[in-house]
This record gives sequence, structure tokens and C-alpha cells, in this order.
Amino acid sequence: MTTTTEAPAVVPNATARKLTYVKAFNEGLAQAMREDENVFVAGEDVAGYGGVFRMFDNLLDEFGPRRMIDTPISEAALVGLGVGAAARGLRPVVDLMFMDFIGVCLDQIVNQAAKMKYMFGGALSVPLTITTASGAGLGAAAQHSQSLEAWLAHVPGLKVVMPCDPYTAKGLTVSAIRDDNPVVVMLNKVLLGSTSEVPEEIYGIPLGQAHTARQGSDVTVIALGRMVGEALAAADELAAEGVEIEVIDPRTVQPLDTETMFASVRRTNRVLVVHEAVTFGGLGAEIAAQIQDAAFDHLDAPVLRIGAPFSPVPFSPVLEKAYVPDRARIAQGCRRLLERS
Amino acid sequence: MAQKKSADAVAHQVSAQVIRDLHERMVRIRLFETEAGKLMEAGKLPGFLHLYVGQEAVAAGVMAALRDDDQITSTHRGHGHAVAKGVGLREMYAELYGRVTGACLGRGGSMHINDLTRGMLGANGIVGAGVPIAVGAAFAARYKGEDSVAVTFFGDGATNIGAFHEGANMAAILGLPVVFVCENNGYAEFTPQSGHMLLTDVADRAAAYGMPSVIVDGMDALAVHRAAADAVERARSGAGPMMIEAKTYRFFDHQGVKGLRHPYRSDEEVAEWKARDPIDLLETRAVADGTATRAELDDVWQRTRDEIAEAIAYAETSPLPDPADLLLNVYSG
Repeated sequence: MTTTTEAPAVVPNATARKLTYVKAFNEGLAQAMREDENVFVAGEDVAGYGGVFRMFDNLLDEFGPRRMIDTPISEAALVGLGVGAAARGLRPVVDLMFMDFIGVCLDQIVNQAAKMKYMFGGALSVPLTITTASGAGLGAAAQHSQSLEAWLAHVPGLKVVMPCDPYTAKGLTVSAIRDDNPVVVMLNKVLLGSTSEVPEEIYGIPLGQAHTARQGSDVTVIALGRMVGEALAAADELAAEGVEIEVIDPRTVQPLDTETMFASVRRTNRVLVVHEAVTFGGLGAEIAAQIQDAAFDHLDAPVLRIGAPFSPVPFSPVLEKAYVPDRARIAQGCRRLLERS
Repeated sequence: MAQKKSADAVAHQVSAQVIRDLHERMVRIRLFETEAGKLMEAGKLPGFLHLYVGQEAVAAGVMAALRDDDQITSTHRGHGHAVAKGVGLREMYAELYGRVTGACLGRGGSMHINDLTRGMLGANGIVGAGVPIAVGAAFAARYKGEDSVAVTFFGDGATNIGAFHEGANMAAILGLPVVFVCENNGYAEFTPQSGHMLLTDVADRAAAYGMPSVIVDGMDALAVHRAAADAVERARSGAGPMMIEAKTYRFFDHQGVKGLRHPYRSDEEVAEWKARDPIDLLETRAVADGTATRAELDDVWQRTRDEIAEAIAYAETSPLPDPADLLLNVYSG
């Protein structure tokens, strides 16, 4: 199965159906389970309780305990269960609850799931989906708030998606499940209750295709996950000042659609990359390096990166607010880029 | 009376068939391994080589109790499991040589040989990592309504790692058809068991997960086979996982063939275990009870030698991978 299904476009419409991010995820998962009998869900408190973020609400009622499995708190065995089941032809969805917990099962993700197809000489595929919640903003502190996409995007064999809104959450989740590779779906905790228009039918958003969330001529802002919303808000602020920024949402950070970024850079000549993760060694560095390599002659200023400082995520709300990039910092970054001739 | 004699004759015939099967599997492993060791010493093989010689009774005993559709996960000492499960000798040698005709197209090497068509879900370079994967394979079998089982092989050292404990508990709580086979060769790399756990018997760990266990002489292929047949049947019938601890010994070093006089174990200890060579034990028994003549056993060795020589020649004359295909199979589609 592939992920080439085109997603239906969302046309802004006051009467269209809106769903929350978490319900959009839930709907996409349920539809994917109806579509394919081989899809099952395993994780801690996913079945009886419906997931700590209500991601799996009502699925036990519809799909029963054969396809909705509560497991012990054993992330290594949980991901390993998914790897073994995927190798035997199932399409497991395993939930890691908080992204911070991947440290305890990284071997199964990095050394097993990601490499199995390669080391089997291509004789099998590992259609495993790992769902997890990332991001700061809920006062959940240093062990429940991280954005670790750079760790995973660095590993050949894995795919990583970061949905920025409900529409994208549903489409990327469906594509992750349909994809024959291990895909990590990084849901964002702050976005769980946010709403947007979501088509009722099942649809997949192609993996590895960036989305131009707003067109503009002055600065390209490449924003990951929750930062897409912040960048769009910054764009509104800057538009009032007569500055038009283009917002690119990669949607999938591995594989990364650099062509869409390069094309935008050639039009705007200025780039800001923004992500929630720590700036040092983050994907902003990779994106900046690739743009520099591919479009150096089109740049009027060095590529600017905005991310978190080199610190664990703090607890106190005042510190956490200062830690995570926001619309103000993005707008400020764009102004700095424009100040350079 | 006549009826009983006839039943005994049938039982003897079945047993004779099993013994011959075990013998052939063990000889194949032994020759595959000793020849691989020679190739390594001759500088013909890249990478590492963790030899299985001495432990053949475990792989042979367990695999003789399995069907082709049963799945296994293995260790970094995985050649024996692969050979016994029926993975082709040509593909295995070609993989050791890094040839494109290898079991992993030359991408895996000694530590990663696998074969989906034989239910060999991979040797594994990460200690203990195969345990949860076998649990997943067993889950898939039950999910699909099939009655295949999964066997996970691991060493004594692996039972100190989290993946083993998590996998054992997961299999137990989900009641999955998994057989846990600990090949206790007394050493985690170079550290003796007494230096890495306070237990005498690894099998005691099964009790912590509500899993029955049995300890067998890992040099006695027939004993391993009986225990494995029971555990596999139990798992296949839906009674859940079980652990077998086979006390065994590796005749070569942790890695490679040299270093037998490495100070981490004594010559006396090595000699004591070698005196109980699993193949000698089975051959002595087979000849004594009339299961096979010496000539018949020798014939197995000779046939296998020929097959091994042919497989090595195949590997040596096989093409190397094309560097242009470097990115092959990183992703599906």
C-alpha cells in the first residue's frame, strides 16, 4: 500500500464540519482500522481508558479487545511487539503516550524497526506506526515536554510526521498507517483541543510533501508542527506592517520536501526556520545547510534559525513561555532578516 | 504381547528418525561453523564471527520440534539457529563474504542473517532485542488465527537486559505462543555467569512472570528436543509461553576462533565440556542402540562436507554488491 492518495482540499467554509485535533486523529485511525483488518492498536491505557489524551476514545467499543490492546508499561516490548507483528504482515499502531519515553525503547525503533527491511535484503517491510505526543506548553516539565524529531529524522529507515492542525493530523495519521515503513506520528500536546475543518471521508496526506500554508513574497518561514500556527499568526502581524511572509509546513520531516523550500527561497530570498526543539543540532541546522547548498546565490541574508535554548524544558509557566518560540519571536526574526540588504 | 512389541517397534522407529534428524542438523552446524572459522582465520571474511560450535544440540533440538511456518528470533551467535532452521548454506556463506547473493544481499553480514521464507526473523546484533520481536511474531500468529509459534533464543547475559524482562512479561500477560530458549553457555561475552547474576539457574527468572520453565542438558540434543517439543506443543495449544534453559558451552571464543587460552576460562573447564561434545554424545548413543551404523553417520559428515564446499565455492564466485545500489531497501516504496 502507498500513500499517494490525494487529500481533499479544505475550502474555508463557515458551515463546514470542524473537529478537534485529537478527534481528527481518532477519526482517521478508526477509518484506517475499518479499511484494513490488519491494523491494530497496542499501548498503555489505549483500550479500556481510551488513552491519556483521549486519542483512542470509543475504539475499544467498535473494534474490541482483539484489535485494541492494553499493554504493561514496557515500551521496549511494546515497540518490539509492533516490529514482530509488522514483520509478519500486520499493520500495528503502537502508542508511546509521551514522546519523552522513546529513550527506553530507542533500540527497538532505531536498530530493529528502522533497519529490518534493509537487513532482510528487502524481503519484508515494517508497516509500523508509532504515535506519540510531543511538545511543551502544558507545564509538564522536562520529562514530558520534549520535541525529539531530530533524533528520529537522523535514522535511515524511519519516517517522521508532525501535524500542525486537525486536518493534517487526520491525513498524516492515515498515510502513516497505510505506509509500508515505520512512521512516527508526533502529535502536539498543545494542539490537542484546537479545531479546524476536517473532511468526513478517509484521506491520506502524502508523506514527504510540504504544504505552503501561506503565500508571501518577502520572507520564507519554514515552521515545524505547532510552529506553523505561530508563524501564521506572525504573518498576520507582519502583514499589517506591509510585509508578506510565506509559511511552509514540511508536514513530514523525514522524508523532507526540500524542493518546495528551495522554490520558495528563490522567490523570497530570505529564510527563517522555526521549531520547538532545541536549536543546537536541530532540524533547523539541516534545513539551513541544505538551503545554503542549493540556493546560496538566491539568499540576501544568512538563513536564520529559531528554536529552544540549550536547556531541558522548564516547569514554571513563566520560564516555559520564554523557552518555546512564539509568534513574537518569529515576527522579530523576519524583521531582522529584512533589515539586511 | 505381540501388540506391545509392535508399539515398541514404532516408537523406536520414530525415535530413530528424530535422532538421525538431530544428528544431521548438528553436523551441518558444526561443519558450517568450523569452515567459517577457517575462512576467517585465512582473512577471507570481513567483520566479526561469533561461532556456535559446542551449542549445536540446542539449535538442533529446538528446530526439530518446529514447523517451517514457526518463527524464530536469534542472537549475534545466530549461524547455528539459521542452519538448523533450514536457511540455505549458499546464501549464508555468501552473506559472510559480503556478496550480493547473500541472505541479506551483503547488507547484513554474520550478525544479521535472516530468511523470512524459513521463519528466521533474524540474528541480532543487539543483545536481547529479538525477545520482544518474537513476542510480536507470536501476536501476529494469534491475530491471524494461525497456530504457528515463535521461539526466541537468547543467552544467559541477555536475561539481564530490559527487553528480555519486558518481552517475557508481555508474552505472559497476553498469553502468547512464545517459547523462550535460554542458551546458557556460562559467559556473557567474557564475564562468567557468577559475575553478572546471583542466580544459578536462569530458569528461575521465568517464575517472576508466571511462566513455567524447565532446565535441560544443553549438550544432549534428544533432551533438548523433548523439552522443546513439549513447550512448542503447549504454546501451540494456547497454553501460553514457557522457558527452556539449556546448559551448554561454546567451544570457541566469544568472537573468532583463536583465544581459547584466554585467561577468562581455564583449559580444564574447556576440556571438561569438550569431553561432552554434543555430536559425539548423540553418535555414541545412536550406534549403541542400533539407530545408525558408524558408516551411516560418516556418510552424513561426508555429504555435508561436500555441500559446504559447494556452498563456499558459490559464495567465493558470487558477485559483490554494486555500490550504485547503496541505498537499496532503506525504505519500502
